[in-house]
Amino acid sequence: MVNLQSIVTLVYYALVAFVVVILVWNLVKARKWEQEVLYIIVLIPFLLRLFRLK
Amino acid sequence: MRDERVETAEAGRSTDLGVVLRKLLLSGLGLLLLIASGVSFYRHRHLEETVVLSPGLTEVKKLSDYFDGVRGTVNDCNVYILEGAAPGATMFVMGGTHPEEPAGRLAAWLFAENAVMEQGRLIVVLSGNRSATTVTRLGGAYPTDFAIPTDYGERRFRLGDRWGNPLDQWPDPEVYIHYPSRQNLAYADIRNLNRTWPGRPDGKLTERTTYAFMQLIRQEGVDIFIDLHEAELQYPVISTIVAHDSGEELATFVSMMLSDEQFNIGMEYSPKNLHGLSHREVGDYSDAVSLLFEAPEPFLDATRGRTTTEQLLTGVDEFVMKAGEHGLLFERIDESGWPIDVRVGRHTSTVLQTMESWTELNPDRPLACRGVPRYAEVIEKGLGHWLHDPVQATPGRVVTE
Repeated sequence: MVNLQSIVTLVYYALVAFVVVILVWNLVKARKWEQEVLYIIVLIPFLLRLFRLK
Repeated sequence: MRDERVETAEAGRSTDLGVVLRKLLLSGLGLLLLIASGVSFYRHRHLEETVVLSPGLTEVKKLSDYFDGVRGTVNDCNVYILEGAAPGATMFVMGGTHPEEPAGRLAAWLFAENAVMEQGRLIVVLSGNRSATTVTRLGGAYPTDFAIPTDYGERRFRLGDRWGNPLDQWPDPEVYIHYPSRQNLAYADIRNLNRTWPGRPDGKLTERTTYAFMQLIRQEGVDIFIDLHEAELQYPVISTIVAHDSGEELATFVSMMLSDEQFNIGMEYSPKNLHGLSHREVGDYSDAVSLLFEAPEPFLDATRGRTTTEQLLTGVDEFVMKAGEHGLLFERIDESGWPIDVRVGRHTSTVLQTMESWTELNPDRPLACRGVPRYAEVIEKGLGHWLHDPVQATPGRVVTE
């Protein structure tokens, strides 16, 4: 069961990393400054979790 | 025509450059936010708390010495053993089940730094859910830590949360099904140390932690287990001792003695159908008498004002007072609030009274402790007076919690 939990946690972090990549890609492609601000703000909690800070 | 195309291309390049610069600028601002918040979170998670070991402290073990399943995890906390000069019973005092209730941890700290057992044995844990000391309530705007003034400066402690850090145990289930009762509980309570007793060896981190504590209780032959807490004034279980069936007589005795001589404290029965709590499961799954102490903490009240360190330590809050004026509280509050010294003093006195009452009821297995201040002494001198200077301590007698 412990191993299963580790796998689930790893999958969870992989999902977080995937969302980060998508958000960065959207940030690069965005043309409106409002969207860019939004992507950056949304990115922060994902990065904090990916870096295991929060 | 040709000139127009050149101008359009140049304008396009100029616009692209502007967009790139804008993205870089906004990303830089985002990075600043990320660094500022990240540094704050990192410092909180890694703030080192010191413990100056009492002269009566004979051994510091790790929780993993009792169950290997928590070894190397954030919850592999220190276990402080204070062996008495004469034989007697074994009492286990645990702080930090809910680290957002600092009086519980600090009262346990006073035992670890001051207690000398004359009869019997005392086991102390300061961070029952150590993971929960490394995070504060999400969206709660809690301070990350607080300082207690002492005779030589200040000692700093982490303020935690009711639940373990999601960095250490994640994701939560949709519904938390308690083991072994299969009672359905709130999903986040799978990270709540006081909902996962008696734990299981192959469960999630918090369940493995309570399982490790159960192993400690069994292997050390603990006679009395005490779980130190604080409660909001709008919660009916406050200023009281919650006792397992096996501890009703003892808790009643303690409540009567303290209410007569020091301060009012009630006694309540542990509900038989509410599972996962220490006062129920430790008593059910071990030979130990299980008690849980609650002190008042206005900081936890939903109607509180600003969530500050000052409010945490003074317990003064005009909004909670206003709730009291409307009869919404289960404990009194006035302009003097509920200072941390009062709350810690209640816990130290209640633990010491439990030792005395236990000894009267079980003279063949006594408990006697000296060196720990009672309610009046903690209020008079401040709890910081009883926290010793790590710099002046004997080498090898300071550990990090």
